[in-house]
Formats: sequence, structure tokens, C-alpha cells
Amino acid sequence: MSNTLRPYLTAVRATLTAAMCLENFSSQVVERHNKPEIEAQTTKESLLTPVVISRNENEKVLIEPSINSLRISIKIKQADDLERVLAHMFTRFLMMRAENFVILRRKAIQGYDISFLITNFHTEAMFKHKLVDFIIQFMEEVDKEISEMKLSINARARIVAESYLSQFS
Amino acid sequence: MSFPEVHQLLHGIPITCHAFNKDRTQVAVSPNNHEVHIYRKAGTSWTLSQILEEHDKLVTSIDWAPETNKIVSCAQDRNAYVWTLDAASGQWKPQLVLLRINRAATFVRWSPREDKFAVATGSRLIAIAHFDVDNDWYITKHIRKPIRSTVLSIEWHPENILIAAGCADMKARVFSAYVKGIDAKAANPVWGEKLPFGTVCGEFGTTNGGWVHDVAFSPSGNVLAWVGHDGNVSFSYGPQGPVFTALSTGLPLVSLSFVAEDAVVAAGHDCIPFLFKMTGQQWEIVDRIDKGNAKSASTENSAMDMFKKMASRAQTTADVELNSRHQNTITSVRPYLTQGDRVTMFSTSGVDGKLIIWRL
Repeated sequence: MSNTLRPYLTAVRATLTAAMCLENFSSQVVERHNKPEIEAQTTKESLLTPVVISRNENEKVLIEPSINSLRISIKIKQADDLERVLAHMFTRFLMMRAENFVILRRKAIQGYDISFLITNFHTEAMFKHKLVDFIIQFMEEVDKEISEMKLSINARARIVAESYLSQFS
Repeated sequence: MSFPEVHQLLHGIPITCHAFNKDRTQVAVSPNNHEVHIYRKAGTSWTLSQILEEHDKLVTSIDWAPETNKIVSCAQDRNAYVWTLDAASGQWKPQLVLLRINRAATFVRWSPREDKFAVATGSRLIAIAHFDVDNDWYITKHIRKPIRSTVLSIEWHPENILIAAGCADMKARVFSAYVKGIDAKAANPVWGEKLPFGTVCGEFGTTNGGWVHDVAFSPSGNVLAWVGHDGNVSFSYGPQGPVFTALSTGLPLVSLSFVAEDAVVAAGHDCIPFLFKMTGQQWEIVDRIDKGNAKSASTENSAMDMFKKMASRAQTTADVELNSRHQNTITSVRPYLTQGDRVTMFSTSGVDGKLIIWRL
């Protein structure tokens, strides 16, 4: 594990913990509605300043808090074309099944690969510190997952190439 | 029963708000939906005795008038109901209050003399309601200016005239809620001499910005305290008086209550109630009331394990349980037992569905 990962995750954890202080807040614009203010963006005073935490230019997290919801967008490390394709396919796979992941957003924020939307209803139903753990764990697992997939693709490509070229030897 | 008394009234459902009756044998809670549940004390536990159903959206606040024994509840469906106990049938009868608002009602409190109550709303106003005997209904007057956003909390001054409001526009304000015909002409040496309805007697911001989640008056009414989303508690000694800020180091506090003229209990997202005191010349945090359990040093975790966890998740241990009585945000702190001018016991309720009674 690289030694720059720890301060990065510590910063993300601290920011998420602070941002996850949510409360029930019904809409000031539409009567009898209750919607995530960060998505509605209709009441300026209910939004907080978004925070970007970046490890390097390829890996960063955008955290947008508001009074009753917060949005977390993650840019996954993509070093080459193969990783780019893999990250794209992987996040697409997850986002198509967003309702099974409860807090996953169906569409990522522009410039990021995957977004989560956590509302006060989620923090009421689940432990806040466990939600933070989940996001942190996701961030490290996704890197691992993609590098594993990359290795297995390379291995498979080698086997395919070998068996193909063995005809000519 | 040893203190603090922990009552798990609901499992996996937040308690949005709670209110005790005068002799504390019953408690009204909102289980995060459109109902008001009334629990009755049976020995050391609480049993559900009645469910009041009239609202059709989340009940945001409940208050129980101790002397007149009336419950007022308000909800996000823009309505407030006053519930009176029908002695013959033992049932609570609702009466609709004409609030004339078009957004959610967020907070409600009876005035100290219980002849009027105030409703905080999302339509950027405070509705002051009182009973109109001629027409047999509750009528309301609105305080509109200069509120710029949803009013999140309300507290009455002990003299029944003034009202403090914490607002999502990052201000705590003190207004006059003088109603002709109900209140005698009153002046307050601290907050103002002339107090017609709607007068702004004071306006205070939070130190670092942030929504004002809750406000409280001291027992004498001379000190106003408020908590903001910046995590600090501020204290004002009148519009011309000095303002003190007590810095807290944790997550934002959500609710507070004076327990004496020089002491405040505040709680919030840290799930722990804190005690703030005036010590010498400064308000400061003196104690965490929930000490938690002393952690036994876990031996099964090897040093290697600890480093691995720290490197991968930026924390050494992965506990499911927090080291506190409440396991999620405390949303409400209310005085439970008052002896003389000191509150000796207070109650908290939170998102974890627990109602806890603490002794100071």
C-alpha cells in the first residue's frame, strides 16, 4: 500500500464524517415536497461549499454537502487505455444496478467516474460511521478490482496469443 | 433504576421529537412518520398507550403543555393540531390550527403561560397562535420580517412575551410575540422597552457561519444561547450585551437546553451530550456527560493488523458500536426534572430510537 494513500483516505474520512451531519429538511420551494437539496439546488442557503480532495490529477474525490443530503463523486485512477475501458465498464455495471446499492447515484457527476447520493433518510436507516466506512472501502477496493482485472486480461491475452502463434511455430 | 435511564422505544426508527407530560408518566414521541405515539410509564419501562393520527406527513415537533394538559403537534403537511384529552372517553381530540402557511411546519412550542404557542415554518415565518373564544378556534399572527429562510427552532422567553428563533439563514433572532388582549403591556430591561408584535429585539450570527439549529433562553431570560452548524455554542447577554462563543471540537451540535443560569447542555451529531459552563469570564465546555465505557485493550489485534487497517482504511479499529449511549445523532434535548431554578435531570432522544434520561 503506497504511503500517500493513508493521508488521502484520512482526509476523505474526516470530510465525509463532517459532511454527513444531515437533518430532515422539507422543500422551501415546493409545498409538501422533501427532496435532496444538493440535487434540487433551489435553496442557496441550504448548500455548503463543495470540497475536492485529490491525491494526484487522476485520483480525486468531490464532496458536496447540504442540509439534508450530500453527494460524493470519485474519480478512479486510470493510468492507460485499458484501465480507462475497465473503469468505464465497471462503473457502468454498478450504476445500471444503482437501486441495489441504495446510495449509488445513477449518473456520475461530470468529470468523475462514479457518484453517491446520501440523504438524511439513509443516515437515519444506517449507521453514519458505517456509511463512511463503506465509501472508504469502496475507494480502495475499486482500485484493487481494476488492477486485478487488468492483470487477468493481460494474462488471458498472453495465453490467447501463445496458443494462436503456436500454430506457426 | 440507575442513571442514565436508557429506553429503547423504537428499533431502527428515529425519534423525531419527544415531549413529557407534567408528572412525566407519559411521553409523546413522533416515530419519524405521520403519527404521534403516546407512551405510558409502566414500572421502569414504557408501553405504547395511544396513537394519534391526524397528520399526513412527518410530524416534526410536539409540545405538551404541563398545566392545561394539551398537546400541540406540527408536521410537514403544513398543519398543526392541538390535542385535548376527553376525560370521559380517555381519547385525545384533535383541533386544527389555521396556520395560514404554505410550507412545512418545523417546530412548535407552548408559551410558558400556555395561552399561546409558536410554530416555526418553512415558509420563512413564525406563526403565533392563540385561542379565540368567540369563534372557538385557534387564530394566528405571523412574524415575517426579516426571516430569510426556514425557521428551524423556537424558544419562549419565560416572561411569555418574547420568542427566540434559530433560522437556516444563519441567524438567531429574538422577536416580540406580544398579542393584544392576552398579554399585559410588558417591557423587558434586557431585550427592549417597547415591544409591539413582531419587533426584532436582537439578531445574532454564528461565528463561522452555518445554520442555527437550536436556541435557548436561560431561566431568567437574560441570556440567549444558540448552536450553529459550525459546531460552536454562542451566548448573548442582550442586544447591547456581550456575546460569548464556546468552541466545541466535535461535530455540529443540534439541540441545547439551559440547566441553570450558568450551565447549558448541548448535544448533536457526536451522539454525546456536553455540559457548557460559565467559568469566570468565559463560557466553555467542561464535561462530556456520556463518559462511554472504558475500552478494554483488545489483545487479539496484532500490531500488524493495526498497521494494515490504518493503511487501508485510515482507522485502527473497526467497531460497529459507538462508545456512547446514543448510537446516532441526538436530535432533541429537553429538561426533565427541575428543582428550584436548576434542572437536575434532562432527557435526550435521537435518530437511534432511544430516549435517555440523564442525571446531572
